[in-house]
Amino acid sequence: MSNNEFNNFKTVGNTKTSNEVVMSVENCNVFYGDNQALNNINIDVGRSEVLALIGPSGCGKSTFLRCLNRLNDTIDSCKVTGKIHLEEEDIYSGEIDVVMLRARVGMVFQKPNPFPKSIYENVAYGPKIHGITTSKQELDELVEVSLEKAGLLDEVKDRIHTPGTSLSGGQQQRLCIARAIAIKPDVILMDEPCSALDPIATEKIEDLINELKENYAIVMVTHSMSQAARVSQRAAYFHLGHLVEVGDTKKIFNNPEHELTKNYISGRTG
Amino acid sequence: MFSYLFVILMVFAIFIYFYAKKYSITIRNQSGYLHSLPQYYGFYASLWFLIPSLIIISLYLIFAESFITSTLINTLPNDIKTLSSAELNLVLNDIKNLAVGNIANSSSFTEITEAANFYNKQNQLIDKVVFYSSLIIGLLTFTYAFKTISSSYRARNFIESAIHVLLFGSALIAIFVTAGILLSVLFEALRFFEVISFSDFLFGLSWSPQMAIREGQIGSSGLFGAVPLFAGTILISLIALLLAVPIGLLTAIYLSEYADIKVRAIIKPILEILSGIPTVVYGFFAVVTVAPFIRNIGSMLGLDIASESALGVGLVMGIMIIPLISSLSDDVISSVPQSMREGSYGLGATKSETIKKVILPAALPGIIGGILLAASRAIGETMIVVMAAGLSAKLSFNPIEAVTTVTVQIVTLLTGDQEFDSPKTLAAFALGLTLFVFTLFLNFIALKIVRKYREQYE
Repeated sequence: MSNNEFNNFKTVGNTKTSNEVVMSVENCNVFYGDNQALNNINIDVGRSEVLALIGPSGCGKSTFLRCLNRLNDTIDSCKVTGKIHLEEEDIYSGEIDVVMLRARVGMVFQKPNPFPKSIYENVAYGPKIHGITTSKQELDELVEVSLEKAGLLDEVKDRIHTPGTSLSGGQQQRLCIARAIAIKPDVILMDEPCSALDPIATEKIEDLINELKENYAIVMVTHSMSQAARVSQRAAYFHLGHLVEVGDTKKIFNNPEHELTKNYISGRTG
Repeated sequence: MFSYLFVILMVFAIFIYFYAKKYSITIRNQSGYLHSLPQYYGFYASLWFLIPSLIIISLYLIFAESFITSTLINTLPNDIKTLSSAELNLVLNDIKNLAVGNIANSSSFTEITEAANFYNKQNQLIDKVVFYSSLIIGLLTFTYAFKTISSSYRARNFIESAIHVLLFGSALIAIFVTAGILLSVLFEALRFFEVISFSDFLFGLSWSPQMAIREGQIGSSGLFGAVPLFAGTILISLIALLLAVPIGLLTAIYLSEYADIKVRAIIKPILEILSGIPTVVYGFFAVVTVAPFIRNIGSMLGLDIASESALGVGLVMGIMIIPLISSLSDDVISSVPQSMREGSYGLGATKSETIKKVILPAALPGIIGGILLAASRAIGETMIVVMAAGLSAKLSFNPIEAVTTVTVQIVTLLTGDQEFDSPKTLAAFALGLTLFVFTLFLNFIALKIVRKYREQYE
């Protein structure tokens, strides 16, 4: 695909959500030095739904995900323009501190990355930093509830003070999810959360995402189209730094409008 | 003669290489198949020539001298043969000196001149034997190897195992040398412990290594209690670490987490320059600059600080090990996976919170390992303390007093004209051995910790 066909490109489909809007992205561009990684992205993220970001490798979906909690700030050469609102506040304007932003937008990474601390300390890490709880007892409860929500409590409740790194891959990933929910975010970003896991652990995480979406807005990058079809309600197809098509997952998979989306869904690209 | 022999062997080996290579190409052309590339057959044949020849030459280098000497002794008249071994050695030295054309004490004696002639003849004979036998045996083994070359012979696998043996041999040399050093120190130290008991040495509180030159001399019985020396060593090393650990660690954190690429590109090389300064220059710095400075400050505060104070030496030694600690810690901190940092940032932690709560705990074992390595470096450091620390062994933990260290004492015991059988000089080996065991122990623990840490992430 040459870049020419993207001249004055406009995203196809419906970028709006039918649910309550939690985050909205307007004309977002991302540059790594002189390279433009994302071009003019417009999309809304709604409460109580899973938005799946799909597309071939290097299309910018992870970069986009990292714009939503400003994790791209840690890369020196990276520059973001445009507006991204979390509810009413523009997260790049300085109205909201990056620490507060990340307290409201949690993230789960591709490879499980528990800290080399105990299971308890892993979950308590965020609440301690943000001073969410005031007493030891309250913190204990929060840790327990978070582990419970992440579906991990039953498996680890008698060894909550053993190292988090001693868990299996799937358990570690659920620990990372528990860690993310412990700070009570509005949005959870997931960057290919199952790509390092076996099918059984993947199924557990997918079930978990299904439960979690009732209370959180979830944005998930995935390489597995069947996973996107199983878990998400809305899907966004990225191609070479452009958001090609957005819409209900069913529509994207069964009746895509754009040629590029059709090719990807039917397995001809990527 | 051996320079000739080596040149000849090399010329042969090169010739054989090309010959066998060419031969293998002919085989390939004839049969249409050759297991390995032609140059492997070249190396193969060449090695089969070279290695047996070199083995013969090394056997000669190891055994020839003692063989010739023993035959030489047999030809000597009986009254010389029955001399004590020390005297016999003197005579043999004379003979050998005469043989190579030097002037010897006893050149007037005909027996000695005859023996020298005999020695020369023997030498020439053996040289000739080695010269031809190495060539002939090399050629024989080469011929054998050459016959095995066929289109299905696996010369490449042979070369692979030859390389394996070569590398193993190199590693073995390092181990043998270490063992040799250890044993030489150990034997001298054991001679020391025949005179002075082990517990007196290790737990004795006074050190005054004077020995009587004549019978009944007063005040020179010699006291060999090493505790004051180790106390001094540990005091100075502790001062060094107290300076170097915080500064080195903070530098490492700055360099690996905060500094942008440009700043890093300036500071890192400067630190490396610091670690490249010869320790004798640090010694200078300690004597000429730091010690007077500390003394002046002390007199302003009304303290009488010795000009060879442990404080001054320790601070300079600390400056010396800052780069060691900072570069080791920098490596360890940088090797904490980026995903740890992102995980922490993703939860809303700031940079310093992330460093304090995630990075440092994760890197801690490696950092401790680095500190232990730096400590063993400080303990074994010699030049700075020789120049700037005291000589008298005072058992004191007061940093403004002059203390001495193990390494300083070793140097003073062994410099100048010394007899090598008095406890005074042998004490140096006992000190060296103790120091060696101590730093070995520290290094062992340090490496163990570092390795354990590595397993966690890789």
